[in-house]
Amino acid sequence: MRETELLVVGGGPAGLSAAVEAASHGCEVMVVDSDLALGGQLIKQTHKFFGSESERAGTRGFKIAEILLDELGQLKGKVEVLTNTTAESYYRGDGVVGCMTDEDNYWFVKPKKIVNATGASEKILPFPNNDLPGVYGAGAIQTLMNVYGVVPGKKVLMVGAGNIGLVVSYQLLQAGVDVVGIVEFLPNISGYWVHAAKVRRLGVPVLLKHTITRAIGENKVEGAYIQAVDDNNQLMGEPQKIDCDIICMSVGLSPTVDLLWQAGCKMMYVPELCGYVARRDNQMRTSNADIWAAGDAHGIEEASAAMVEGRIAGLGAAHSLDHVDRVQFGERLGMFWQRLDNLRAGATGEKIRCGVGKCTCQAWEVD
Amino acid sequence: MAGICSEKRQYEEGDIVVCRCKEVTLKEIRKWISRGYDTFDELKRLTGVGMGPCQGRGCRDIVMKEIARMTGKTLEEIGTGTYRPPVKPVKLGMLTEANKEDPWKGKVVSH
Repeated sequence: MRETELLVVGGGPAGLSAAVEAASHGCEVMVVDSDLALGGQLIKQTHKFFGSESERAGTRGFKIAEILLDELGQLKGKVEVLTNTTAESYYRGDGVVGCMTDEDNYWFVKPKKIVNATGASEKILPFPNNDLPGVYGAGAIQTLMNVYGVVPGKKVLMVGAGNIGLVVSYQLLQAGVDVVGIVEFLPNISGYWVHAAKVRRLGVPVLLKHTITRAIGENKVEGAYIQAVDDNNQLMGEPQKIDCDIICMSVGLSPTVDLLWQAGCKMMYVPELCGYVARRDNQMRTSNADIWAAGDAHGIEEASAAMVEGRIAGLGAAHSLDHVDRVQFGERLGMFWQRLDNLRAGATGEKIRCGVGKCTCQAWEVD
Repeated sequence: MAGICSEKRQYEEGDIVVCRCKEVTLKEIRKWISRGYDTFDELKRLTGVGMGPCQGRGCRDIVMKEIARMTGKTLEEIGTGTYRPPVKPVKLGMLTEANKEDPWKGKVVSH
């Protein structure tokens, strides 16, 4: 049985930030990530980040991953990294975590504390023939193109005009792939205007109040039907046939919280955070005193916020292990919250502020 | 590999696969909900939905929304069903082997 002070589950923006923060205070950290490389979604993100400069605005996503990995590298000796490793099981009796590496090694680790930074999973839409080859989630398209350099097809119908749908559409165009259109169920584009403007300038039609009704094809996607929806979200008018060989779904994410359920954390359905999330205090600690969470696993938001949440969770865990004194803890916690509040300021952050408010308590009765 | 596409299961016209791992269709899910099996755990036991390699990460949301739509309950009222270890399938043989020795012994794994 392995032992470690802090187990960080997930090596994306939140997990890496948690690991760096905790290790920088002298905490012994083990990071496990189910993917082959660390960085999470950041390594697929070729676009520049927005927000404030302290949160790496103006830097491209994959560069931010490099910066975080560099910081982690400076903490050599304190941090152990295991990739291709899934934290499979949390055993409530003794707090042991079962991990699987390479799909043929199952082993146990007993951490003193855990930061769950497991990110999110993509939602998919139910429509006839949605199991045909050629129907993708936007994350898979990004992995194919931006990690492996493979274009998925020739003509893409994008479903969803949120930020991911818009950004991936632009990346497809950059790779020489034709984006025949973007359909969006909502009456408005929910992504940033700057992303929407980029694809509109390149002539991609964005059809609001439209949805995909079926994929066409025998053994692979050969087209799709789309249709308008009325104010009651009912289909109206005639279906329109679209010529495409790829259907890319970008219809939202849900927090990946399996381990938190397993661990018996108090959970809450928060629509603003896109699903069930753990109730938490102001240091991201769940109702299980040994477990913190951060990033998309604590509610769907942007990577910049995930990094700050990760910092807070890492700080909290390090503090609970007596690596940070009370004064420094208070100062850093306040500083990180200032940065989070800045990211969540204004009208765009209202939904997140509301969601976070619902599931945050002042303090757990622990310690 | 050549047979994969031709072996595609034939579904009724217009039916929709909600669980791609276990090939459970929306029609099947609706049939059981209309008979009163309106929790994810019951549907899981009846149809195998959510019991494949992805352990419900693709289908749970769709099934929950269908339950909500057909019963008129909110997602919060319905609940999610039980999450148990492991989060993705593990071969039983590996569990018996687990922890006999440290698989990382002697390997350089530090960053």
